[in-house]
Amino acid sequence: MTQRTEFIQGNEVCAHAALYAGLDFFAGYPITPSSEIAESMAKQLPQIGGKFIQMEDEISSLCSVIGASLTGHKVMTATSGPGFSLMQEALGFAVMAEIPCVIANVQRGGPSTGLPTHGSQGDVYQARWGTHGDHTIIALTASNHQDLFTMTVEAFNMAETYRTPVILLMDEITGHTREPVVLPEKGEIPIIGRLRTSVPEGVDYHPYLPREDGRLPMSDFGGKHRYNVTGLYHDMWGFPTTDPNVIHGLIHHLMDKIENRVHEITRYREYYLDDAHTVLVSYGCSARTALHVVTSRRSRGEKLGLLELQSIWPFPAELVRAKCEHAHYILVVEMNMGQVVHEVKKAVHEPERVYLANRVDGEFITPTDVRGIMRLIHGRGV
Amino acid sequence: MAIDKYMRERFFPHIWCPGCGHGIVLNNMLRAVDQLQLNQNEVVMVSGIGCSSRISGYVDFHSLHTLHGRALSFATGIKMSQPNLNVICPMGDGDALAIGGNHFIHACRRNMDLTAIVMNNRVYGMTGGQYSPLSGTGITATTAPQKTIDREFDITALSLASGATFVARTTAYHYKEMTSYIMEALQHPGFSVVEILSQCPTHFGRRNKLGDAPEMLQLYKQNTTRIGSEAKQNNPELIERGIFRQETAPEYCAEYEELIKRTQQS
Repeated sequence: MTQRTEFIQGNEVCAHAALYAGLDFFAGYPITPSSEIAESMAKQLPQIGGKFIQMEDEISSLCSVIGASLTGHKVMTATSGPGFSLMQEALGFAVMAEIPCVIANVQRGGPSTGLPTHGSQGDVYQARWGTHGDHTIIALTASNHQDLFTMTVEAFNMAETYRTPVILLMDEITGHTREPVVLPEKGEIPIIGRLRTSVPEGVDYHPYLPREDGRLPMSDFGGKHRYNVTGLYHDMWGFPTTDPNVIHGLIHHLMDKIENRVHEITRYREYYLDDAHTVLVSYGCSARTALHVVTSRRSRGEKLGLLELQSIWPFPAELVRAKCEHAHYILVVEMNMGQVVHEVKKAVHEPERVYLANRVDGEFITPTDVRGIMRLIHGRGV
Repeated sequence: MAIDKYMRERFFPHIWCPGCGHGIVLNNMLRAVDQLQLNQNEVVMVSGIGCSSRISGYVDFHSLHTLHGRALSFATGIKMSQPNLNVICPMGDGDALAIGGNHFIHACRRNMDLTAIVMNNRVYGMTGGQYSPLSGTGITATTAPQKTIDREFDITALSLASGATFVARTTAYHYKEMTSYIMEALQHPGFSVVEILSQCPTHFGRRNKLGDAPEMLQLYKQNTTRIGSEAKQNNPELIERGIFRQETAPEYCAEYEELIKRTQQS
């Protein structure tokens, strides 16, 4: 097998992986530090007969992506914090109308315009709670280019499987870092395509009636079934309703189809956890630092381990609880004022074991930063 | 009636108040589709939020009822990804030109083959009668108890300036004209805007003492005239009806197909 190794930015990896997953429609608006994803798409999509369009803002970017998904295409947009804020309205629509789509958020420092050219992981909670109303979401992340490729493909697969938007939570550091990545051969990573209805023309099709396995076969706009799609609470035909029973059923369906499948959605890596006294929990760019700390300390015989989360939402609480069960200390390494750390505290027994090692000044968190916190935990001063 | 087959009767009665002009627009929109013999499976109705936006649910096409102001954005994704579809966007004036104003001017500029039908009743009806960017000055609304001081947009002038290649205006009174303009718009290979003055007796007419629906329709007859008519010269206050622009320019999806060909050849 002739595998192709490229030395490219994480943003370019994301674009390559999206095309590998079958993406053929991209809409976006320029924003640092995600623009290279759009630039790659503008170059590559017409080569394969796909479509790229630069919209007037991030609102219309996600809206047009949703429209293209309804005609049966694999779709994506990419942005960063301020643009992600603008997308929250359409994100909620995609949740409600159950539209498969992928939204890459290459995180930068916030709030507001914040730090456009510096890394951050401050949008973890925004990904989960940014759009209004009760809902749930899938958010994936990766710390290195090889995993980023896989997670991007997984994002598309999950969007199709669960008929839902999926957030790819990248960050400026992984987005702009160049490192080698092996581009997989066709077929190496499974691709999940659109599940389409087998209901024949002329027979009543119910776009919002889940099968026994919870999945909802779709029918392309322009195809043989004409149905309604709305952001309002709707019945199995997609028509607006205020029937309490139907509303109750729909909100529970939207939550359950994801929350009940946490085990199926959870993606993670673990390093030296079996006998670890101190467990580091990290994700994205911070996991690179955490891994460095763990491997260097292990070489000195210290019992450190790392749980690297690659799926953050739905939060894999059971996994975290199990992996941290025997830890004396749990250190969450992240580049924000503390977001995943709260989820870890909720997940584990004896949450007083959980500490935060963070950095929020725009600089990449270093092993020294993490070691400093560990010294404090052990009462040794910095 | 020939247009019955285009209606989802199961979802009636509709939400509109008695005397609302939007039903007339729906009727004539369907007549236009019928006369053009468009394949129902190739028509997509994309709407935003508001009274007029409910049209999409009532018609037996592919229908997408989206977010306030965003109909044209969703429509852009549909048309771009599947250019063989006829994409029609029924919109309200607040929907199209307040919250959706940016999308509207960029859709005009891009010249993608979409048809925007803007029902201009000069008020936010669904939310209870607040003034819109089309109300104009001196109007009473729930958010303007001392009358509006906001100046209004001219939809056709805005569309023309933004680059729309088909621009027309008519009223709910001039229903035959309306059908013919919508037919022209649907056939036009580019972005088309049809502004239709549509009465809201409940929230606009009542508060501004314009009478009931028949009286408001009479006003459309009295206050409007054909483009370039002698009446307009004598009375500049009259609102012009007619086709303001109908010209061919490169259509976005066709241009993108050319771009794909060029890319693949090089």
